[in-house]
Amino acid sequence: MMKWILTGMILLSFVSGLFFGRTEQVSNAALSGCGQAVELSITLLGSMCLWSGMMRVAEKSGLTEVIRRLLSPVTKLLFRGKTHARAMRAICMNMTANLLGLGNAATPLGITAMKELNRENPEPGTASADMVTFVVLNTASIQLIPTTIAALRLSHGAAFPMDILPAVLVSSLLSVSSALLMAKVLGRIPIRFFDRKSGDSKKDDQKRKNRQQKSIQTG
Amino acid sequence: MNWISLVVPGMLVIILCYGLYKGVPVFDLFIEGARGGISSTASILPPLVALMTAISMFSASGALDALTQWLAPALSACGIPPELLPMILMRPISGSGSLALYEQVLSTYGPDSFLGRVASVLQGSTETTFYTIAVYYGAVHVSRTRHTLPAALTGDLIGVFASVLAVRIFFA
Repeated sequence: MMKWILTGMILLSFVSGLFFGRTEQVSNAALSGCGQAVELSITLLGSMCLWSGMMRVAEKSGLTEVIRRLLSPVTKLLFRGKTHARAMRAICMNMTANLLGLGNAATPLGITAMKELNRENPEPGTASADMVTFVVLNTASIQLIPTTIAALRLSHGAAFPMDILPAVLVSSLLSVSSALLMAKVLGRIPIRFFDRKSGDSKKDDQKRKNRQQKSIQTG
Repeated sequence: MNWISLVVPGMLVIILCYGLYKGVPVFDLFIEGARGGISSTASILPPLVALMTAISMFSASGALDALTQWLAPALSACGIPPELLPMILMRPISGSGSLALYEQVLSTYGPDSFLGRVASVLQGSTETTFYTIAVYYGAVHVSRTRHTLPAALTGDLIGVFASVLAVRIFFA
């Protein structure tokens, strides 16, 4: 799926850049966009280290287990029973950060959860059902306190910046539940339909492995 | 004092104090975990480079404006204000891009107008879908994402309709 998004977007930009006479802007954007990715990951590096470290402390002290138990009525509905307790604890930490509106903490905690889920993934390289549920949960915002929006509304002179809160809650609940429902329904469709896993790619994997082994032997 | 500003330091205090109370080596564990954060960041850089290059090219190409003009009649027939269309289309692709368009809506129409409220609800109830998918799957080297994107985009679409509906209900 990712290869289609990447190629599709760049192809579309190329064509519409030609069509609207904006080739120069597109060219500049390609060069600056990749630099922005590096800037962003440097910005992320700090919070990634901070929250990964905190997660390790909370894991060892048993705090994550307390939170997992608190959230288990909800998570039991969303994830299959097989999901390992360690992955479940990381998922719960990510959900807590999301609910509190801590976007900066939610990403590192979410990546920790993805790593745990990947550990029990029977097919590395292909998303497991629980991974899909978890990522979908994160693509739909489930925050209780929309801090950024309230701050922006206040600066633009809103009478009661937080008066949108009930509307935000209703709207996010509808969008989260429809996304999760869609994930459950589409999960029944065979993987082939979305991502072709042809024999070629397996051969490629084999070739890559052989090459790696050779380079290890020679190097 | 803004009580929301207590959330982050409060969380750090709770984690560290609970750790001390349980008698675990808090500092050593923190260092160990933080070291793992470096490799996590390194593993999301390649997918970020791919995604952000594509996104900046896409925003610069004028494709979004064309798409807006093309989709506006159909969406306004469904009750979605065409003035918000650029922001709606930008929302799943770029967080900073949609935030800039959101501010534009606020300063043009005012935060307490119908458009300003719908934009606020929309911004608060949806996420940057493509970024999340790229970062989360990129960190574990999963390229076959199966039905993640269709499901997530369905959620975004329902979120757009729900935002308009919720504002109509709560601010009638």
